[in-house]
Amino acid sequence: MKLRTISRHFREGSKSVWRNGWMTVSSVGAVTTTLLLVGVFLAIMLNLNQITQEVEKDVEIKVLLDRTVEDESEIDRVEEKIKSISDVGTVEFSSKEQELERLVESMGDEGKAFELFDQSNPLKDAFVVKPADATNTMAIADDLKGIEGVSEVNYGREIVQRLLQFNDYARTIGLALIVALVLTAVFLISNTIKITIIARKKEIGIMKLVGATNGFIRWPFFIEGMLLGILGSIIPIAAVVSGYYYLYYNLRDKIQFEFIQLLPFDPFAWQLSLLILGIGVIIGIWGSVMSVRKFLRV
Amino acid sequence: MIEMQSVYKTYPNGVTALNGIDVHIEQGEFVYVVGPSGAGKSTFTRLMFREEKPTKGTVLVNGINLSSLKERKIPKLRRQIGVVYQDFRLLPRLSVYENIAFALEVIEESPKNIKKRVMEVLDQVRLKNKARFIPDELSGGEQQRVSIARAIVNHPKLLIADEPTGNLDPDTSWEIMSILEEINAAGTTVVMATHSKDIVDKMRKRVIAIEDGLVARDEHRGEYGYEA
Repeated sequence: MKLRTISRHFREGSKSVWRNGWMTVSSVGAVTTTLLLVGVFLAIMLNLNQITQEVEKDVEIKVLLDRTVEDESEIDRVEEKIKSISDVGTVEFSSKEQELERLVESMGDEGKAFELFDQSNPLKDAFVVKPADATNTMAIADDLKGIEGVSEVNYGREIVQRLLQFNDYARTIGLALIVALVLTAVFLISNTIKITIIARKKEIGIMKLVGATNGFIRWPFFIEGMLLGILGSIIPIAAVVSGYYYLYYNLRDKIQFEFIQLLPFDPFAWQLSLLILGIGVIIGIWGSVMSVRKFLRV
Repeated sequence: MIEMQSVYKTYPNGVTALNGIDVHIEQGEFVYVVGPSGAGKSTFTRLMFREEKPTKGTVLVNGINLSSLKERKIPKLRRQIGVVYQDFRLLPRLSVYENIAFALEVIEESPKNIKKRVMEVLDQVRLKNKARFIPDELSGGEQQRVSIARAIVNHPKLLIADEPTGNLDPDTSWEIMSILEEINAAGTTVVMATHSKDIVDKMRKRVIAIEDGLVARDEHRGEYGYEA
């Protein structure tokens, strides 16, 4: 294809955007609605994902050893066993002295009393195990209990369960949103396309009779679709960026729990904008291609 | 120029339009195709630019065998043939100029040459002053002249017209005929399907009459031969 033909397609495509008038408004409207939903949804999902990951990082299982396990070699043997369990991430040894230190520290002033135990430490040596995937915490804990020389396995059962539940909710809601979104988008776009098809059917037939190849006919539609996608993403990008700005800088302090940390406005808002623009362009081109394809067999 | 050998055409719905046609048309001829409605005139002309494909038989146009022409080669064939329809078939949202230029854009002609050539044919069909109009702003006769300009802008060796005066009043029809004659005089083969007894009887060119899917008559300097 010659350069002047490419520029011709660009010219025709953008002219068509203006010539189509209300049809353009309706297509852009459909893309705008879809992208607005996609944008909000993406912002929520990506943040949820971030939060979940943060929480998952904090999940740890404490494996207390029998007092009889004292030798370096025996401790090593238990460590090897722990490491052989699937889905175990990191394993860290914590001697009973270290455990006591932690306890004292965590109790603050009242913990000073425990310093008395310095001489005869009642605590046990322990391993701190972090699961590679927090959702498998319970299974890992069960396996740990079966290892010889392990006296007790502790993990915040409640926290882990709540996390798992939270994950489930997030996934269910996410899936429902995706389905709703896809259905909305498909409905809105296919409707607009149908109107376009009927309006263009005759024109495509004429172009073919004058000797235009399918590619020649298709290109301006490509470009028109792309432009519609770009136009349709302007409002969603503006809305999502300003909405996120407000949320991040004004509501941040009010909704902040210790483990909830929103993704930083810069660069997240810009990455999200680019993503919305990309999806818009794809939707636009896809819509145009679909509408033309059927009618190229004239 | 055109060579048809025992051409049959049966549509998927079972209607037989052509029943063994043998026709030979020389380069530079002017041929009227006449016959009752539904006798196969339109099918006969449509075979020549591969809008229809014969069920059986050979169609050769300008040395190209249309019976075995591949789908993707069709655009190239159509660029060598000008086609004019009763209903004009102009692109409604493009100006007169753009409609004609389109036929040159598909062959990636340079903008300079496109401009030159489009102005030439606009002059030829006497519509230079209407270049910026859109088809809806023109009369039927003017629209048909645009469609002729588009058909000849590529310098085709063959011009096919399917009842080009069918929607036009007698005066306008004569305007169109004089333009077609000029085009033919310049060496282009013209094949025209028509219902106009007036035109055929006055012009006295070769007449091919199609009845029941067969060539019923093929006369040089012939007459329409049916009641008007």
